[in-house]
Amino acid sequence: MEGAIKDWRNDIYKVFKELDITMVSHVPDAGHTPLINLCEKDNEIDVVTLTTEQDGVGLSCGAFAGGRKSALLMQSSGVGNCINALALPNICRIPFLTLVSMRGEWGEFVPWQVPMGLGTPKVLEAMDVKVFRTDYKEEVGSTVDAAARFAFNTNRSAAVLLSQKMIGAKQFKNG
Amino acid sequence: MIERRPFVQKILKNRQSNLRVVSGLGTSTWDLMSGGDDKANFGFIGAMGQAIPFALGLAMAQPDLRILLFTGDGDTLMSLGSIATVANHPVTNLTIVVMDNESYVETGSQPTATAGKTDLEIVAKGSGISNSYTIKNEKDYDRLIKTIYEEEGPSLVVAKCQAKATPLVFPHSFDGSVSINRFMSTLKS
Ligand SMILES: Cc1ncc(C[n+]2csc(CCOP(=O)(O)OP(=O)(O)O)c2C)c(N)n1
Ligand SMILES: [Mg+2]
Repeated sequence: MEGAIKDWRNDIYKVFKELDITMVSHVPDAGHTPLINLCEKDNEIDVVTLTTEQDGVGLSCGAFAGGRKSALLMQSSGVGNCINALALPNICRIPFLTLVSMRGEWGEFVPWQVPMGLGTPKVLEAMDVKVFRTDYKEEVGSTVDAAARFAFNTNRSAAVLLSQKMIGAKQFKNG
Repeated sequence: MIERRPFVQKILKNRQSNLRVVSGLGTSTWDLMSGGDDKANFGFIGAMGQAIPFALGLAMAQPDLRILLFTGDGDTLMSLGSIATVANHPVTNLTIVVMDNESYVETGSQPTATAGKTDLEIVAKGSGISNSYTIKNEKDYDRLIKTIYEEEGPSLVVAKCQAKATPLVFPHSFDGSVSINRFMSTLKS
């Protein structure tokens, strides 16, 4: 029964609560909207809207230095904005967690999303970020949990790529 | 014009125990370290543009401390949008002091946008940081101290200073993990 599976964003939110992730920053993407809404309703989570994704890297590191865990939500294009900033958690061995909604891969309508969609895993790996990926709703919770534990237990950077197959590719209509 | 190194050193010499200081890459970190090794300092040596967002995250996580960021005009210009983020996610305990020498001194003193038409105080105000002002000489020290310890932030102070290269003063370690762990040892979580 498809309807019995609650939105998989709830599973991500549950991981946030369980692991005491209390700060969530983002440049919005439609794929993340239900999760952003869940976090905004929660008084224990600070949601920080950024002007560029890279600032979420610094924000997250400063928050961790001060004793708070956080996650950065972005779409795949945003990964390109973060490259140099990723040096900060890397050289400081600060745990860093990001959840990336993928574009430019599964039935994409907008050609402009393709270059960074193709580049996303390569760019993250080039910066020593451990890349996790989920293609099925049922595995979102366990994958985000695994990535978060990887990051916070080993003081490394981790990304979860939430595939476009799972999110769904919007077909744009003119007019 | 402010002579920045003695100015920074004076602030550090009289520091209160609830102050944590962060510096952006370039001259700001050498200035901070010139005040003597202190675990309650954290200096960037790279990740240009990330000092302001880092200070914001730290200030949000440690609301009972006063957070002071010294950074350069070049570093600030790389992440201008972060000023809007600071303004809209208000942190009352954060003071950003931009040591505005109107140049990228660290790399050979090439002029920045503030040597031209750009005014960072107006940028800050336009971004929504109402407590923003410019200081041009040492006499403004007392006003700045009041901002750092007492006023409701976030505040952004533009300190116009000389574009003069000063001797580098290295931190305890260039290894970021060593620096951040020493810094974190001064914080309760
Ligand atoms: C992404 C990036 N671009 C360029 C540099 C080279 N760089 C190092 S310090 C610096 C200038 C910093 O200027 P500012 O913040 O004004 O510092 P100050 O004038 O106080 O030295 C630059 C451009 C760098 N480290 N990283
Ligand atoms: Mg400068």
